[in-house]
Amino acid sequence: MARQITASKPPAPAVRSRQMNGAQTLVESLRREGVEVLFGHPGGASLPIYDALYDAQDIHHILVRHEQVAAHAAVGYARASGRVGVCTATSGPGATNLITGLTDAMMDSVPVVAITGQVPRPVIGNDAFQEADVTGITMPITKYNTLVMRAVDIPNAVRAAFHLAGTGRPGPVLVDIPRDVSQELCEPDFDEEPALPGYRPVLDGNPSQIAEAAEALSAAERPIVYAGGGILSSGATPELTALADRTGIPVALTLMGKGAMDETHPRCLGMLGMHGSAFANWAINRADVILAVGVRFDDRVTGRLKDFAPHARFIHIDIDPAEIGKNKPAHIPIVGDAKRVLAALVPLVRAPKIEAWWKQIEEWREKYPFRYRQRDGRISHQYVCDLLNRLTGGQAIVATDVGQHQMWMAQWYKCREPRTFISSGGLGAMGFGFPAALGAKFARPDKQVLALVGDGGFQMTMQDLITAVEHRLSLPIFILNNGALGMVRQWQSFFYRGRFSSSILRNPDFAKLGDAYGARGIRVERPEEVEGALRTALATEGVPCVVDILCDPEENCLPMIPSGQSVAEMILDD
Amino acid sequence: MTDLQHAATISVLVQNAPGVLVRVAGLIRRRGVNIHSLSVGPTEDPSISRMTIVVDTAPERTEQFAKQLRKLVEVLRATSLDSTPAVDRELALIKVNVTPGTRLEIMEIANVFRASVVDLTDKTMTLEVTGRGEKVDAFVTLLTKYGIREMARTGQVTLVRGSQNT
Ligand SMILES: Cc1cc2nc3c(=O)[nH]c(=O)nc-3n(C[C@H](O)[C@H](O)[C@H](O)COP(=O)(O)OP(=O)(O)OC[C@H]3O[C@@H](n4cnc5c(N)ncnc54)[C@H](O)[C@@H]3O)c2cc1C
Ligand SMILES: Cc1ncc(C[n+]2csc(CCOP(=O)(O)OP(=O)(O)O)c2C)c(N)n1
Ligand SMILES: [Mg+2]
Repeated sequence: MARQITASKPPAPAVRSRQMNGAQTLVESLRREGVEVLFGHPGGASLPIYDALYDAQDIHHILVRHEQVAAHAAVGYARASGRVGVCTATSGPGATNLITGLTDAMMDSVPVVAITGQVPRPVIGNDAFQEADVTGITMPITKYNTLVMRAVDIPNAVRAAFHLAGTGRPGPVLVDIPRDVSQELCEPDFDEEPALPGYRPVLDGNPSQIAEAAEALSAAERPIVYAGGGILSSGATPELTALADRTGIPVALTLMGKGAMDETHPRCLGMLGMHGSAFANWAINRADVILAVGVRFDDRVTGRLKDFAPHARFIHIDIDPAEIGKNKPAHIPIVGDAKRVLAALVPLVRAPKIEAWWKQIEEWREKYPFRYRQRDGRISHQYVCDLLNRLTGGQAIVATDVGQHQMWMAQWYKCREPRTFISSGGLGAMGFGFPAALGAKFARPDKQVLALVGDGGFQMTMQDLITAVEHRLSLPIFILNNGALGMVRQWQSFFYRGRFSSSILRNPDFAKLGDAYGARGIRVERPEEVEGALRTALATEGVPCVVDILCDPEENCLPMIPSGQSVAEMILDD
Repeated sequence: MTDLQHAATISVLVQNAPGVLVRVAGLIRRRGVNIHSLSVGPTEDPSISRMTIVVDTAPERTEQFAKQLRKLVEVLRATSLDSTPAVDRELALIKVNVTPGTRLEIMEIANVFRASVVDLTDKTMTLEVTGRGEKVDAFVTLLTKYGIREMARTGQVTLVRGSQNT
């Protein structure tokens, strides 16, 4: 602001210097990073930070009821917006409650900054009250972490944290601040550039490798693109779509890549992998040239590595050199940012002659589309997912939990744009879905956001319904209630002779629970009630709506390539 | 060492900052690989340390280790040295039992290995030897029969030969 215009405020104490305490320095640093929202829960070691936040009108702190929710919400916020998500917790138990969420962010390469309080410097290492070695614990689950030992170092630590979290291969960064550092007075310099000589992500691909890739694709008979989460972090959707449009090459997406391309585009084959479409899996396995971009050859995609696309030459584009050749050797490796590399590659590719290839793919697509049965009187999970897709036009932001419902939604929800499918992919952390939707709603209040969860996973983080109520979020939560830890039940039915050990759930009445929290609760027991309930929930404004949908308790999620096997062993029907 | 399936050497330049050693060691540990030896010391630039790590891992995994190490923010450079001509050295201090009868014999062995006597009492002799790991191993083997009371080895340090940087 150019000048002060308010006269009514009491005069500020005469400014002796630019002195402030560590907590105020932190808040100012966050402001300079453009932070508008952070999710957290206070405690002794972070009290000075909360005191400083009390004065920060422009930074909105969302009090969650469990720190796990803070971390998942930060992930949801980041994935919906492309900005860095921020969460905060106190020392000891507060910080350890963040662990699952940070691990999720690490596995799925999500930019998150976590600020934790630590016990005061003089007692660090003495097993002080609520002390945990948080930088030690989080070393393998963060891209970087740091214990700040002087208030004056806070601006630098925060700048480095946001830079590291949000650039290159994104990931979580944790900044641990002892309570007395938050209280220490200092004269911060906010303009100092952090020196990170060991951190230099490569963005531009090697031109001769790109030319070689273009040649391989132009000459291919059965090419396919295998695209994933890296397209979304890079913002490379236009380039990927241009490649498909220009060359006609089919595109298969990973779970993390959903939304990287409009899934209703005729060239898009949707999701591949363990629960992907049969046609996408057949196609990649018969391909002669595979352009893998922003993917990490996860075992849920490849199955048994030696049988994965055995005849193909692999072109692999990734910003992280360690991903290239990690699981499968790359014939043409290209280190760089997906957007830049694809932009350079697309004009060089001549449309290959692939009419016969497409004929084959269309045959597969016709022969084995996703399908489901409607058993008498039972509500089909897939029907609910299909309906949500149709009612939203694939244009809502969907956050899922982990399990069968997650896979059904991945199969039936056709994303139209990037950053609309938010799911715990690499870690597969139950309890993720609802908090991630909460975070996404704060990032995109203008957008329809919904959570699709299982009856098992929802119970891991549902206490934060009150947070959604408190903030009057228009947030429908659909529970595909099969009275079971469905995915576990499915494995037991396929691989453990139907011995359902600890996978059948006794559940609370979720609709009443919603009511108790002050949300809207709807219970759906019959197929003919489903559509009305979904419409009501999607239209509910100013309050979350819990829709408990009693679904077929015996349905299995298919197709399925059993763990560690190959496309030849795919289970199509049960 | 001789009993390793494969000893791969990785040389790592790191910023001299707290916690770096734990990050490097943790990265290797979580992959279930044993660190055979690790030596850390300053370089020509006091803000930078060099770690020479010998890990017990298959050759095709060594480059993957180096790549993962390069992802650590404090790591400036990580080189897998397996196919590169390099000089390796290790230093060992070995305290053996001596008697008036064995003293000369041991000193002769020490001479052959260009080891030096750094401490001597009427019951013990402490020898210092440097060289490649195999040489140190051979020296130790020869001394075994006199009774080795204590030994300390530094772990390997390595530099690439010629003008190329390690
Ligand atoms: C129950 C369950 C079932 C699952 N089933 C399936 C399944 O059937 N199919 C499936 O696909 N997944 C499935 N998953 C998810 C799976 O575990 C992995 O999370 C997912 O396959 C990984 O997606 P990805 O390869 O796109 O990589 P991500 O984890 O999204 O990684 C992104 C990659 O892109 C790179 N990158 C990041 N930024 C850039 C950039 N700017 N430029 C270039 N590269 C960049 C990164 O270095 C990384 O290599 C399942 C998960 C669960 C929990
Ligand atoms: C935190 C956590 N614990 C355990 C698991 C193992 N697990 C994977 S899916 C699943 C069942 C999920 O049940 P539910 O939430 O009801 O979803 P459904 O599969 O029935 O759709 C379990 C227990 C997990 N992924 N995460
Ligand atoms: Mg369930």
